[in-house]
Amino acid sequence: MRARVTVYPRREILDPQGKAIQGALAGLGFDRVEEVRAGKSFEIRLGVGDAETAGEMLGRMCEKLLANTVVEDYEVEILGAEPAPEAGR
Amino acid sequence: MRSGVVVFPGANCDHDVYHVLKHVAGHETVFLWHGDEDLKGCDLVVLPGGFSYGDYLRGGALAANSPVMRAVVRHAEAGGLVLGICNGFQILLEAGLLPGAMRRNRGQRFECRDVHLRVERNDLPFTRGYRAGQVISLPIAHGEGNFEAPAELLDEIEAAGQVVLRYCDAAGETTDEANPNGSARNIAGVANRAGNVLGMMPHPERASEALVCGVDGLALFAGLGEPRRRRAVG
Repeated sequence: MRARVTVYPRREILDPQGKAIQGALAGLGFDRVEEVRAGKSFEIRLGVGDAETAGEMLGRMCEKLLANTVVEDYEVEILGAEPAPEAGR
Repeated sequence: MRSGVVVFPGANCDHDVYHVLKHVAGHETVFLWHGDEDLKGCDLVVLPGGFSYGDYLRGGALAANSPVMRAVVRHAEAGGLVLGICNGFQILLEAGLLPGAMRRNRGQRFECRDVHLRVERNDLPFTRGYRAGQVISLPIAHGEGNFEAPAELLDEIEAAGQVVLRYCDAAGETTDEANPNGSARNIAGVANRAGNVLGMMPHPERASEALVCGVDGLALFAGLGEPRRRRAVG
């Protein structure tokens, strides 16, 4: 099973990195950017077959390590079953 | 008192703390390895500053899950002394031994300079060498020292007297200008409820000898020795 976890600073918390990036974009002429939040993305491959188990495991991973829930929110996306390895590899 | 300094891969203040504990404050001191769960009978465990595990994921996040931290959590829960300095403070937050979290500095810059701090209480083992309300000067050196917590948690920490150090000006006023990193309520150091675990962003080990840049940090290490004896220094 493949999954993507994204972690972002919480909305109510100032994100200095996102603000700096927004400022740099404005400097490049992208002055219609209204907000940038800088986060992290993790692509995770799991040796489990069903999406429900995978989702539950990923949630626990976020709570325990991938996100610091005092200041960060997370989202878990299940991308689907692992494609079969190509023949001959 | 026997003290141990944990060596994490990427720590860079471990030898400074070891030097001050052993040669300046005069405590029996050993190094502890991050991969061991053995605290070698230490009464005090110090988590030093630096960039443990390269600051991967978040400052302190990976170190908080290293084998030695399982022993440090047990030590803390049993009432043993734990001091986290800079990255060590981040590790204590990530390990859940202290409340709150660190964000990048408000100004997006790595701040490396001396700051004034107000010692909010001197009834902890770490602060008995100071007067309550005393203004001291210590160096900071960090990019992620912006202490954050939800407002209710901040109120709780304050009510329980867990704020030990605050950024202030030379007169002891906790102004916004005196706040180097945007920390909520100018918080620079926090203890657990029992008072045996302290996390602080400033570096007392870098200000413990007149030869370097001040001696205001020495009272912290010197005061740890004999519970009954007061040794105000500097």
